Amino acid sequence: MHARNESEPARMKKRTTVERTSDRELAVTRTFDAPARIVFEAWTTPELFMQWWVPKSLGMVLRSCEMDVRVGGKYRLVFGEDASSTDAFFGTYVEVKPYSRLAWTNDEGGEGGPVTTVTFDEKDGKTLLVMRELYPSKEALDAAGTGAAEAMGETFEQLDQLLVTLGAGRS
Amino acid sequence: MVQYAHPRFDASFAALSDATRRGVLEQLGRADASITELADKFHMTLTGMKKHVGVLEQAGLVTTEKVGRVRTCKLGRRRLEDEAAWIQRYHQLWDARFDALDKVIEDLKRKEKTDARKKRE
Repeated sequence: MHARNESEPARMKKRTTVERTSDRELAVTRTFDAPARIVFEAWTTPELFMQWWVPKSLGMVLRSCEMDVRVGGKYRLVFGEDASSTDAFFGTYVEVKPYSRLAWTNDEGGEGGPVTTVTFDEKDGKTLLVMRELYPSKEALDAAGTGAAEAMGETFEQLDQLLVTLGAGRS
Repeated sequence: MVQYAHPRFDASFAALSDATRRGVLEQLGRADASITELADKFHMTLTGMKKHVGVLEQAGLVTTEKVGRVRTCKLGRRRLEDEAAWIQRYHQLWDARFDALDKVIEDLKRKEKTDARKKRE
């Protein structure tokens, strides 16, 4: 039990939290062990951003990443195995305050896309990062959730069946 | 830049890729069990089993409840239309991203230190 007492506080500090903060907003928070300028750099430099936005464990390929990080500047991310099956995500930076605040629109879905705001709050050499996604309406956020669930549907059907099978043994 | 809707963005397959974790799911399909019981059954340390259960819990495959000093695990009821499940997947995505971001940040810090040392020399 000692091992647990030692490891838990260390893990707690780094824990990612996700909260639906209102009908229209989701917030993700995490503390990073570095000054804000370094964390900010990792969010605004394409070659660094590409190293973490699509972690290898998720098995996706980020083919390209362009960022013009200034108010009114555009970004564009292209995913896909090859040129014939690509997905693009794009939008415009609406707020850029070096080392403390970034905001951009998400325009790939047309109207109803969220505005993403990231704040970097440095304290004692560590940075508390809060990322908020604000949707234009409750319906838009609900739809994003439903859309995500539907996209997952096929993938998870088998998993659900497995769970039903496993659960059936008990009742 | 949202992309959590992509089907491949999910840690559930990672959760199921491990023989011990599949065994734990099978075991919990038969009966709820404490972490200690699972650790005994699979000849593992408590810490090791806690990690496996944590992965399954993150994937929404298992839920745990602590009563007194005992944490009991049971099969999770994943419902795709369930907002909680959606939030959980969203959480997984960001957790994985931020773990990767930690590494990038460590590299940057190391590089800064090296550069500072070079300047002094």
